[in-house]
Amino acid sequence: MTAHDISLSRRNLLKGAGALVIGLSLPQAGRAQSGAAQVFSPGGAAAFAPNAFVRIAADDTVTVLVKHIEFGQGPFTGLATLVAEELDADWGQMRAEHAPADAKLYANLAFGIQGTGGSTAIANSFEQMRRAGATARAMLVQAAAQAWKVPAAEITVERGVLKHASGKQGRFGEFAEAASRLQAPAEVPLKDPARFKLIGKDGTTPRLDSLGKSTGKAQFTIDIRTPDMLTVVVARPPRFGGKVASFDATEARKVKGVVDVRQIPSGVAVYATGTWPALKGREALKVAWDESGAETRGSRELIAEYRRLARTEGTVAGRHGDAEAVLARADKVIEAEFVFPYLAHAPMEPLDGYLEWNGQGALARLGSQLQTIDHQVIAKVLGLGPEKVRVETLLGGGSFGRRAQPTSELAAELAEAAKAIGPNRPVKLVRTREDDLSGGYYRPLFLHRMRGVLKDGRITAWSAAIVGQSFLKGSPFEAMIKDGVDPVMVEGASELPYEIADFRCDLHTVDVGVPTLWWRSVGHTHTGYAVECFVDRLLQEAGQDPVAGRLALMGKQQRLATVLKAVADLAKWNGPGPVGGRARGVGVVESFGSYVAQIAEVSLGEGGEPKVHKVWCAIDCGVAVNPDIIRAQIEGGIGFGLGHVLYGELTLDQGRPVQTNFDSYRSLRINEMPEIEVAIVPSSEKPTGVGEPGVPPIGPAVANALARLGRERPLSLPMVGGSV
Amino acid sequence: MVHSINVNGTTHRVDVDDDTPLLWVLRDNLGLTGTKFGCGVAQCGACTVYMDGQPLRSCSLPVSAVGDARITTIEALAGKEAEAVQAAWVKHDVPQCGYCQSGQVMSAIALLKEIRKPTDRDIDLAMTGNLCRCTTYVRIRAAIHDAARTLEG
Ligand code: FES
Ligand code: FES
Repeated sequence: MTAHDISLSRRNLLKGAGALVIGLSLPQAGRAQSGAAQVFSPGGAAAFAPNAFVRIAADDTVTVLVKHIEFGQGPFTGLATLVAEELDADWGQMRAEHAPADAKLYANLAFGIQGTGGSTAIANSFEQMRRAGATARAMLVQAAAQAWKVPAAEITVERGVLKHASGKQGRFGEFAEAASRLQAPAEVPLKDPARFKLIGKDGTTPRLDSLGKSTGKAQFTIDIRTPDMLTVVVARPPRFGGKVASFDATEARKVKGVVDVRQIPSGVAVYATGTWPALKGREALKVAWDESGAETRGSRELIAEYRRLARTEGTVAGRHGDAEAVLARADKVIEAEFVFPYLAHAPMEPLDGYLEWNGQGALARLGSQLQTIDHQVIAKVLGLGPEKVRVETLLGGGSFGRRAQPTSELAAELAEAAKAIGPNRPVKLVRTREDDLSGGYYRPLFLHRMRGVLKDGRITAWSAAIVGQSFLKGSPFEAMIKDGVDPVMVEGASELPYEIADFRCDLHTVDVGVPTLWWRSVGHTHTGYAVECFVDRLLQEAGQDPVAGRLALMGKQQRLATVLKAVADLAKWNGPGPVGGRARGVGVVESFGSYVAQIAEVSLGEGGEPKVHKVWCAIDCGVAVNPDIIRAQIEGGIGFGLGHVLYGELTLDQGRPVQTNFDSYRSLRINEMPEIEVAIVPSSEKPTGVGEPGVPPIGPAVANALARLGRERPLSLPMVGGSV
Repeated sequence: MVHSINVNGTTHRVDVDDDTPLLWVLRDNLGLTGTKFGCGVAQCGACTVYMDGQPLRSCSLPVSAVGDARITTIEALAGKEAEAVQAAWVKHDVPQCGYCQSGQVMSAIALLKEIRKPTDRDIDLAMTGNLCRCTTYVRIRAAIHDAARTLEG
């Protein structure tokens, strides 16, 4: 199976899982909810609504209803670009807003439910949004043709202006009303890519959200204020799996501004007139926790356990040839064991949500990433039919995977908090950074045990044992687990892009009572590091160049080889060095259908800490819809990945999270950010993801550079200040 | 207790506990939500405002300590440095999620008021207290240099 097939099959699995969710808990979800689109009227009173995605108002504005959450990765701009392209709109007239939660109208075509993840926003919307734009265009043209009494085929559209050779011309707004009375055509032709004016054209589609976000005007969930709203914070158990045994709210209730204190399933909720009184109230609360069912192991114990397991037989996740036999006969086996800590997503805006209900119906507003599941959960908790619950998605202040919870823990807590105080008391649930960092849903702790054999300068055998937790297990996405293998635990490691005769990858899935979750680039966060460090180590032992050595192993991996060559050109690769105290390391990873290669230039800075000066990156993500957003996502992916391999760890001590704020959960700062140069490899393939694929290669690229500076490739992350 | 504070040129009276951080007074009492909460412990800079023109982490200053100082939030930015910085932010499409950017913009403007033509090192020093989890730092740096060029005329 090629790498491409893997991503396709992953999508199919997700689709299956999605259908399952709806089938199990929300029959006819779509039909029940599709009223929401009518209730919701973005852009004010739009005169023309040709489909679920496009609204054209008399004032000429074109508003795209974006089914994906915008948390920085750019779907507002990206999906609006697709519509504008086919509509032949002027970019200046484009607007974007979140679509409401409605699984029928706004499903992610890769999942079967509404949601964002797996870097699929552009990929699954590419045709759908273009078709939405083309339909609107055809109807506007038809309306103009009728008004002008000319054949539709003689009308041209350019930058939001309809024109006829007779000299007649008009703007969209003028025909919006008339177009709204027409029947939408069943079939519309899409543009030949050669005629694209916006897609792939640098500088034509500046972000739609930059101004609001540069002036403090952009509204996030935490900014919601409504009359009589109460702010809620929840005291949660200090260890995962703990429960409230009893609590005493006497002192908490004395805090000025505290209105009520209630127990909810996740802990004890304090309701107040503002954030500070809520926090003070929580501080004054006395809670006795029942920790009989709590996870009490710490990272140290877990790692020891994982080490032991890695030396036993696991479930086979990938195999060809007979690696064990080659290893058993080899004179020399090269080994490495990599340990990856728990990591928090720590989105800049800690998770939060707003909910108002009156017993009959509810409105929830939050940075929802899996709207369909959040919607179902809120309806269920409140005992309402889903058609009585409206979910509005707000801008998310970052996510990195955290807002996409198969369990909807946030939506559930929000609804429980609203329910506990009763109807007609709007609530805004907020979390502090401490709540966020100690709240779980981490990138799981992983251990990789790698063994390899070299013969005559060639890698002849490769064996990997991977140990960690599965967050798909027990989730609505469980259907993705096949033959005991959770594919997102081994993606990137169960099949290599490198041709090695004898290969094996084993998986050990461990049950730990720590809630875990996908984290930007999911399995590739650890498999990318383990594989790319280990292949580099083997190539080094074999005396081969990191670039040429990889290329020689890539065989059929055309697109991956192309990005590797492209990045080598960009960086003027001339071996790893070091030169003048700076060495260069390579990392190349395919993830989410995109191919990314990076070269990092590294020296040893103060106190021997790695200092990353520059990163070159080449990406092939198919058709590059918004080149500047791709560059931005690569810059962000590299910074995010780098910050965590250098400094990020969420350690558990006897089950308790140790790092609780940014003073100890060290995050990359501006002085630690390398210079970045990005090359987007031209491609006419279908567009693929850019939000995540920038992350995986940077860690190994830095590690592989360190190996040329007389350091070992770090076996345990983070590279700086690791405490386990 | 009732506190009288000057925010964006207007005196406001707010009835909150003395230890209430200025941040929450701005956001919850005055509705000035452009100033963000990111950590509450002066580690991230999302809550940056000006106190008598100097950047300050409003999460870590109790309202009782504001006294007669003049507080300025992002809602009341004015002047050529502010214009240059915000224009550069838009031109470079700096924001991703955008949540940290109020604080970034506030710190960048304060830097340019202090140092007309900042070096990369000046930028590091002035901006290192502002975390961006989306790591938009490459563009923050480029936008500050660009704004400095605009101000040069
Ligand atoms: S919220 Fe004030 S510095 Fe982070
Ligand atoms: S833009 Fe997201 S945290 Fe800075």
